[in-house]
Amino acid sequence: MFATRLPKHLPRPHLACRKISSTTSKRSDALFVHRDTPYNNPKVPFEFNAENLKRAQEIISHYPPQYKKAATIPLLDLGQRQNKGWTSISVMNYVAKLLEMPPMRVYEVATFYTMFNREPIGENFVQVCTTTPCMLRGSYDILDTVCAHLGGVKPGETTKNGKFTVIEVECQGACSNAPMMVVNDDFYEDLTPATTKKVLDAFAKGEKPKPGPQSGRHTSENSAGLTALTSKPYGPGEFCTPEFR
Amino acid sequence: MLRLVSSASKPTSVGILTKVVAPSCSSLAGRRSFASTSARQADITLTVDGKEVTVPQGSALIQACEAAGATIPRFCYHDRLAIAGNCRMCLVEVERSPKPVASCAMPAMPGAKVFTNTPLVHEAREGVMEFLLANHPLDCPICDQGGECDLQDQSMRYGADRTRFHEITGKRAVENKDLGPLVKTSMNRCIQCTRCVRFANEVAGVEELGTTGRGNDMQIGMYVEKTMDSELSGNVVDLCPVGALTSKPYAFHARPWELKHTDSIDVMDAVGSNIRVDSRGVQVMRIQPRPNDDVNEEWISDKTRYAHDGLRFQRLTNPLIKQGDRFVAASWEDALSAIASGLAKSGAQGDEIQAVAGHLADTEAMVALKDMINRLGSDNLTLDSVGGHAAPVHAVDVRSNYLFNSTIPGVEQADAILLVGSNPRHEAAVLNSRIRKSWLHTSLEVGLIGERVDTAYGYDYLGADAKAVADFVAGKGPFAEKFKAAKKPLIIIGSALAEHPDGAAVYNALAKFVEKNKSTLLTPEWNGFSVLQRATYEVGFVSSRKASSVKPKFIYLLNADEVDPKSIPRDAFVVYQGHHGDLGAQLADVCLPASAYTEKSTTWVNTEGRSQLGRAAVPPPGASREDWKIIRALSEVVNTPLPYDDVLSLRDRMWEISPTLVRYDTVESTSVEVALAGLKTLAAATASAKVSGTPFVKPINNFYQTDPISRASVTMAQCTRAFVKGENYGFSELSSASEAAYA
Ligand code: SF4
Ligand code: FES
Ligand code: FES
Repeated sequence: MFATRLPKHLPRPHLACRKISSTTSKRSDALFVHRDTPYNNPKVPFEFNAENLKRAQEIISHYPPQYKKAATIPLLDLGQRQNKGWTSISVMNYVAKLLEMPPMRVYEVATFYTMFNREPIGENFVQVCTTTPCMLRGSYDILDTVCAHLGGVKPGETTKNGKFTVIEVECQGACSNAPMMVVNDDFYEDLTPATTKKVLDAFAKGEKPKPGPQSGRHTSENSAGLTALTSKPYGPGEFCTPEFR
Repeated sequence: MLRLVSSASKPTSVGILTKVVAPSCSSLAGRRSFASTSARQADITLTVDGKEVTVPQGSALIQACEAAGATIPRFCYHDRLAIAGNCRMCLVEVERSPKPVASCAMPAMPGAKVFTNTPLVHEAREGVMEFLLANHPLDCPICDQGGECDLQDQSMRYGADRTRFHEITGKRAVENKDLGPLVKTSMNRCIQCTRCVRFANEVAGVEELGTTGRGNDMQIGMYVEKTMDSELSGNVVDLCPVGALTSKPYAFHARPWELKHTDSIDVMDAVGSNIRVDSRGVQVMRIQPRPNDDVNEEWISDKTRYAHDGLRFQRLTNPLIKQGDRFVAASWEDALSAIASGLAKSGAQGDEIQAVAGHLADTEAMVALKDMINRLGSDNLTLDSVGGHAAPVHAVDVRSNYLFNSTIPGVEQADAILLVGSNPRHEAAVLNSRIRKSWLHTSLEVGLIGERVDTAYGYDYLGADAKAVADFVAGKGPFAEKFKAAKKPLIIIGSALAEHPDGAAVYNALAKFVEKNKSTLLTPEWNGFSVLQRATYEVGFVSSRKASSVKPKFIYLLNADEVDPKSIPRDAFVVYQGHHGDLGAQLADVCLPASAYTEKSTTWVNTEGRSQLGRAAVPPPGASREDWKIIRALSEVVNTPLPYDDVLSLRDRMWEISPTLVRYDTVESTSVEVALAGLKTLAAATASAKVSGTPFVKPINNFYQTDPISRASVTMAQCTRAFVKGENYGFSELSSASEAAYA
């Protein structure tokens, strides 16, 4: 914005010592165009199973008939769940057909939201949050632990046995219990490298550990014990004159 | 952000849930959400740069600034597209607003004080420009948009003289998309203004173009690999403010400052789009649209834009005389006297002399030819279409029987449209976009009788033949009821209907229908009986019933290239006058080289009966001459000299025939009484017509090749392969090869 003023304020840079300030370019790990592959092409059939079709109809019925397209996101999510956690081109085309909208409108939505995986993922989808609050509480250690524990995968990769896919994500809204990660649909919070491994091991065995804080505290209560609101909250009618009891 | 509306329905794509969720009867109507602008209210007054302006309420601030004479830089705003407000180049300062505001997305408010030229505004726009340039490649020297690029122009004013970005990782890179043989993409240059997306979705009805991804990774495309199959796709090239979308056939051919601009009229369809012919030397380099709200708004079809390369191939440049089975080049003198002696030898008398005028014949030439043939004692004037030798069913005495009476802008006022035997998408692509516009934004209902086609808007399908017309006239079916209830109903009759065996019967039924419902269909303000014609009946180029039954001995083909060779008797002497060696020339004994539409200044009458004057952009090649001059010269040789020596006296003659022919750029409407009388005669003349029940077929099968020019065009051949036949058109390799050669 102050480009025109720049020369006046800065000494003429010496070519040899010009500072190059650069941010690493953060590109999305996904392509924003579709490429036909043997596992992902429009010819791969996809259709909702009977149960999901019923749920889809229920979702669509929430919206006025001319705004059926409002159901795009929930239907894509439904499709993604049915399709082993990823949204293939066939899922998108099917949703478009179901909602009678041009497929491109669905592709736009599916590419805009990063929670639609447009490439296949492993059985368990591990998303480690590395946004500032989590980062301050050591989320990179957690990420490194996850990657190393799963046999040296890099974020964005799937383990060889197809059991886990790890990615780095932005804030999941559980900052008060940082650091945290999401496995499939559940949050695992207050992680340490040790508890992280435990959680992952449980998933590897096909179990489902208890979601929430792994430190033993109750939700996001002060971990050092309550300092306020320690007395019993009074219930309805207490301290009222008799006629209001 | 985008005011995108749901899709044009293809009749086949019915989701499986329709029955369950939406009441089945209104599956179509229910799918359209319309944003209608409220009726225009009072004007409001505001101050722009200290100047008071008054604009209609609801205008954008940018329009108010324009009205005050302040130029606002912009990339995404376009007055014919929905507002997106995503480039932020149009920032202005508004009093008491804490931040600069995007003037295109801000409604003008009464009493607002706007400043467009303050330091804050400049700094804000410079900031926006800096961000846009941060990811824009510096490839102007090899960019086809160079010289007419909005980004280039505006960066001259708002760009910094040096960069603050030193990203060693380089700029954003986006892969190019393959949109087909017409639109070339260079997506690194895209500034995400989404004009192309809005055009494709709103105007062209190609709902496959969109934006994928987001933020820095957002890109324009179709997500899957697809070509942009639309007859209006070329317009995105004009709309793109940068060089991201450029014209493939024109790639690396010329720079805008080398071109001479000539305002002219298009002849590829009957709309008469206003065009600007850009030429360099003797060659037409490209054709651009010229805004005219009464005709083509700001769009032209791809055929109009790209068929001009056909003007370079297959041209007749010399008079030719057939000797044995080959043509021999001759001088004009020899050719004309060969015709004179051919006429004498054929022994043609009176109506045995036949003239056939084709689609590309200009008005001057038709008038001259008609006069000459009449002077030779014949009345045998034929149009180059199926059944063109007979007098047309609708007769030509009353103009309103064969014109597009509602006028092209009038289409937008209609609240119910019935298409009979027509596919306006191919017959008049630009007109079709108006129907789509109206369909999207109002509660317009469209019905179609004829072959099912993808029209880019939804319609009620009523049937394929004359029976459906009879049902409609009888008021059967829901669409007929809607049509009855409409305030401004419109019937559009396709150009091929008059040629159909049931044409007469259908005209009869519809004429009676209009008469019966004249309170809505035929009022002083509204004439809802419109014929999408291809031929000009305006000059009276039709034969009498008697003359048309005579077997011709001498045939004069004026630009007639659709003739059925079988209709020409073996022993007849045939003259072809035209600019391309197409079908007509093959049949001829003598060929006279004439000039094409970019090479002559002549009058063109469009389907509304609007005469417009085309202008010559380049000289005709070789020995070819202007059409009417050839006929004038020939008339001398056959001893019936025509009385006009220059084009002005010829236009005087045209005025005698019909004053509308020389009243340029206006449409003269027919009065209700005359129109009614016309319909009465029409109904009476066709009263005995029988119905055979053959279905109507669409008049144009291959939109890209309909006349000698487009048949000679390489680009149109590629379009045919890519869009009509769906082959891999192989243009990509070709163009990348030539790019490599330039690199
Ligand atoms: S391709 Fe051109 S018109 Fe389309 S969004 Fe990019 S810059 Fe705008
Ligand atoms: S920063 Fe990790 S959940 Fe908010
Ligand atoms: S022109 Fe106003 S934001 Fe683009």
